[in-house]
Amino acid sequence: MLYAILCYAHEETVFAWSKDEEDAVMAKLLEVQAPYAKAGKLGPVGRLMPTTAATTVRKGKDEALVIDGPFAETKEVLLGFYTAEFDTLDEAVTFSKELSAVNPGSSSYEIRPFYVFHPGDMKNSESKT
Amino acid sequence: MTDIAWIELALTAARPQALGALLRYFRDLDIAEEAFQEACLRAIRTWPDKGPPRDPTAWLIFVGRNSGIDQVRKRSKNDPLPEEEAFSDLSDAEDDIADRLDNSNYRDDILRLMFICCHPDLPNTQQIALALRIVSGLTVPQIARAFLVGESAMEQRITRAKARVAKAGVPFETPGAEERAERLGIVSSMIYLVFNEGYSAGITNKDSAAFCDEAIRLARLLLRIFPGEPEIMGLLALMLLQHSRAHARFDGQGQIVLLEDQNRLLWDRRQINEALALLDKAIRHRKPGSYQVQAAISALHARAAKPEDTDWAEITLLYSLLERLHPSPVVSLNKAVAVSKLRGPDAALDMLVPLADALGSYFYFHGVKGGLLMQSGRKAEAREAFDRAIALANSPAECAHIRQQIDKLGEVGVPVG
Repeated sequence: MLYAILCYAHEETVFAWSKDEEDAVMAKLLEVQAPYAKAGKLGPVGRLMPTTAATTVRKGKDEALVIDGPFAETKEVLLGFYTAEFDTLDEAVTFSKELSAVNPGSSSYEIRPFYVFHPGDMKNSESKT
Repeated sequence: MTDIAWIELALTAARPQALGALLRYFRDLDIAEEAFQEACLRAIRTWPDKGPPRDPTAWLIFVGRNSGIDQVRKRSKNDPLPEEEAFSDLSDAEDDIADRLDNSNYRDDILRLMFICCHPDLPNTQQIALALRIVSGLTVPQIARAFLVGESAMEQRITRAKARVAKAGVPFETPGAEERAERLGIVSSMIYLVFNEGYSAGITNKDSAAFCDEAIRLARLLLRIFPGEPEIMGLLALMLLQHSRAHARFDGQGQIVLLEDQNRLLWDRRQINEALALLDKAIRHRKPGSYQVQAAISALHARAAKPEDTDWAEITLLYSLLERLHPSPVVSLNKAVAVSKLRGPDAALDMLVPLADALGSYFYFHGVKGGLLMQSGRKAEAREAFDRAIALANSPAECAHIRQQIDKLGEVGVPVG
């Protein structure tokens, strides 16, 4: 089964990290991912920019509205996501617990099974860096 | 990261909103600060066992408010009773948890907290110090180290600035649209001052270099509560772009490295990408402002993989726009630099002539002038301009940079004029 693992947290706190704190957390998260990546279970992993960089297109009466900011004003926001292929939900839960243990910024990891709608064909190098 | 370190971060993050709300209740900065402090102490005592509350900010406001009320009561045993209106709606503490996230209130709370630090009677350095103390919650020793002054001197400075603010009276009524826009402009300049204090220190002073991160954090906070303001997007983008070059701006010896000589691989792509995303958003509003244009100029540098790829024609156009929006001799000076890249040093030197009076005591003016004269082969005049620049330099790094230019003057290959 394919899973999207969505990381939620208080944005103000995470973006108050100093560079050193941030680097330390990222290094630990990479350590957790490494064995899964090696086993060929890990798909693209994305880190979202702050919600201040977000734009929301919302269905309007006639034309869709373009709104600055995230979809909803919430205390906890989506900060990043993992995609992975696991045999069981238990495995996804274990992975999420491992991530949670090394990330003081995260408050929840939502595990959402998904199926591939389109495999992707981005050519831009940015998707590879 | 330990639990306590994590709690401290959460407290810092919650500070502007919580302290802003407490200031609204108590209408007195000292009481509000003490109440917030007390709430933080209780958080440090109780959160490690019970775990952090789901909404730390609301928790801090609630606990701070109760502790503030106690303080006011204790004082009132000795002092004459404060007037009823001195603190508003204290009776409905229960209701408060319910309206804790009332957006319309809290964004004005945060804006007010930032705004009181920008009193026009306060010199820039005091505005910066006050904002870092009150809004960001930096300690007095931290701020003192950054400004290279003693702790007691800084303590005094902040106390005096606070007294000034209190005397002027804090504006508690909810601002109208026009007033709010004006406050946003003033607060934006203050945030940019904080940034520049850190930026000009560069790597020579780690404490003030941290101001750059703090200014970026404050701008993100401001944009989060006013998400549709293109100038705040521009301000945040501008600071991110300038900050993205932090590791390339100085060499191993702490010497300034000019933009065209910087190793562009050292630029922070993440900050650049965030800035470009913000600029794209801002441009959609079609309400150009000076931060947006400055950010757009900075973005053209960021987009060029090599200095030769820089789009100087577009940069010149943007400087012309900036001259119209925000006329200033410094902007014209920067435009002259862009023109020199397109049409050579002599065209740029012509543009410098009318600026000489206004910028006669400005380090950068003489540095640029010397550089252009050198390119033009007018060595003696270049030397004169560089000497003038050295006399006006603000830091050892600036001084050293001009000395290098003077050394180049003596090198073979520079045409003799």
